Amino acid sequence: MYDAGKIVPGLVLFLAVVTFPFWLNVANGTSSAAPKLELPKGYTRCVEATPVMRATHMELLNRWRDLAVRHANRVFTNSNGQRYVRSLTGTCLGCHRDKKQFCDRCHGYMGVTPYCWNCHVAPKGGAQ
Amino acid sequence: MRAVQALTVVLLLIAIAWGGAALIPAVFAVAVPYLALAVFLLGITLHILAWARVPVPFKIPSVCGQQRSLPWIRQQRLESPFTSWQVAGRMALEILLFRSLFRNTRSVLTPKQRLVYQPDKVLWLGALAFHWSLLVIVLRHLRFFLQPIPRSIQLLSALDGVFQLLVPTLLITDVLILGALLYLLGRRLFNPLVRYVSLPADFFPLLLILGIAITGILMRYVDKVDLTAVKELALSLTVFHPTVPHGLSPLFFIHLFLVSSLIAYIPFSKLMHVGGVFLSPTRNLPNNNRARRHINPWNHPVPVHTYAEWEEEFHDKLKAAGIPMEGDD
Ligand code: HEC
Ligand code: HEC
Ligand code: HEC
Ligand code: HEM
Repeated sequence: MYDAGKIVPGLVLFLAVVTFPFWLNVANGTSSAAPKLELPKGYTRCVEATPVMRATHMELLNRWRDLAVRHANRVFTNSNGQRYVRSLTGTCLGCHRDKKQFCDRCHGYMGVTPYCWNCHVAPKGGAQ
Repeated sequence: MRAVQALTVVLLLIAIAWGGAALIPAVFAVAVPYLALAVFLLGITLHILAWARVPVPFKIPSVCGQQRSLPWIRQQRLESPFTSWQVAGRMALEILLFRSLFRNTRSVLTPKQRLVYQPDKVLWLGALAFHWSLLVIVLRHLRFFLQPIPRSIQLLSALDGVFQLLVPTLLITDVLILGALLYLLGRRLFNPLVRYVSLPADFFPLLLILGIAITGILMRYVDKVDLTAVKELALSLTVFHPTVPHGLSPLFFIHLFLVSSLIAYIPFSKLMHVGGVFLSPTRNLPNNNRARRHINPWNHPVPVHTYAEWEEEFHDKLKAAGIPMEGDD
């Protein structure tokens, strides 16, 4: 082999960089479980089914915002016929009072930083 | 036609992922990605080692500037590097900014049938937009593979979404990579000169990566996936305790299968230019032929009989014949 002194270290560096999530997570003993969320007490169901909420709540909120702000349509009827007010702080955080242990915990896990809280407030009830 | 062949293969891969993931999700979520990664790592390693066994008989940097010469002639250090550091600078420009592609020209016939060469920076711009977007997208995907997510990755995602349009936020690199891929594909389809030299192996990687980007964007905006499930799967793969969570959608399996196909394909294809660019003798050698002798490692030991030795051997006979000699006067 020619130029082994340069090629081999380069190759080793490449392999180390490509696989670093593997050895980093193994070394840190990272758990693959999603974080435990603080679910609201006294309720059993979200505004829609849980899997739907988990995957699409951002789209739901986006629709709520447009309908409430642009079309003054603030009443939401879900697939079960129950009615809710289209409100971020009032409705979502009315049940999910502890934003830190719920929204933020999951968003931190996934690396999402919604900018909604630049303007909207979270209820003081939960740990701010 | 060649594009259609490549497209057929990509569509076939999509069909396999769609059907397969419904029947045997564990194979497509765990076995296929592991296998693809193993093929990728092993394939790249063997390919590079095979290249490393090829000798470089001559020092052949292709340069485009004044070489190091007399002290009062200014050397162009990056265009005609003399030291290792200058080579490193030249390589960095090549790898990070595609310096040589920047000089790309295209030939056109003027209305008066004269052939002229024009600079063609569009290809350079398209290639740069594509590769940088790909890098940023892959780095952003680290959020699925690391817990906690490093600040740098978060910052990168925030920068990428700086426009804060749409929900979820529009990512600049998604727009760039789609645009660049469509341009690169269009160039092969609609430019007759380039189409003539394009093989299925040229269309396939473009279509495959386009498929990956489109499925990714669909997952983000159209058929939402449960990202916590994706992250659980990704983390479980990295710690070698694979678990297949519920809630992974067919679209995600297609995305993952196309990505697996891509990385397993890299070592056997033109995509090995990732490694090849580092090993290009025309780029990575300094232009110092006159100062430092390059020994051809390939040189076979040849029995040489120099003129001086020959003269020595026939010294007496030459002298007797009165033939002038260099050795002694
Ligand atoms: C009536 C009270 C109530 C309201 C209003 C409500 N939620 Fe929920 N939400 C719940 C409950 C209870 C659960 C847990 C359901 C379960 O255990 O399956 C839940 C679950 C969720 C989940 C899934 C969490 C998980 O387990 O992964 C998300 C995401 C969510 N809610 C977001 C929202 C958003 C966004 C809003 C506002 C649009 C909202 N919720 C409004 C009660 C509510
Ligand atoms: C620039 C400040 C600002 C930002 C950022 C912002 N909002 Fe709002 N939002 C408002 C204002 C002002 C209203 C109008 C309040 C009203 O009419 O009751 C509103 C109303 C809403 C409403 C309906 C009314 C209510 O009580 O909630 C929803 C839903 C909503 N926003 C969701 C969001 C979401 C989701 C985000 C983040 C993606 C967001 N907003 C970001 C300012 C903002
Ligand atoms: C089960 C995990 C989970 C929970 C709980 C959760 N979210 Fe999310 N949320 C996400 C993920 C993941 C995204 C990013 C989706 C994407 O990028 O496609 C997101 C995105 C959003 C966005 C859009 C942000 C953007 O910039 O794209 C808003 C707004 C949002 N969530 C609001 C909430 C609110 C309010 C709550 C609490 C009531 C909440 N979420 C709870 C996982 C969660
Ligand atoms: C070569 C590798 C890959 C490329 C080029 C790629 C490309 C993309 C693109 C362009 C998107 C659109 C959204 C964005 O830019 O973030 C996306 C989204 C996505 N990708 Fe990939 N991907 C790759 C590997 C993977 C892998 C290995 C996984 C498995 C963990 C994965 C899972 C996802 C998921 C879940 C989304 C949706 C993200 C969201 O909704 O925000 N990707 N991908």
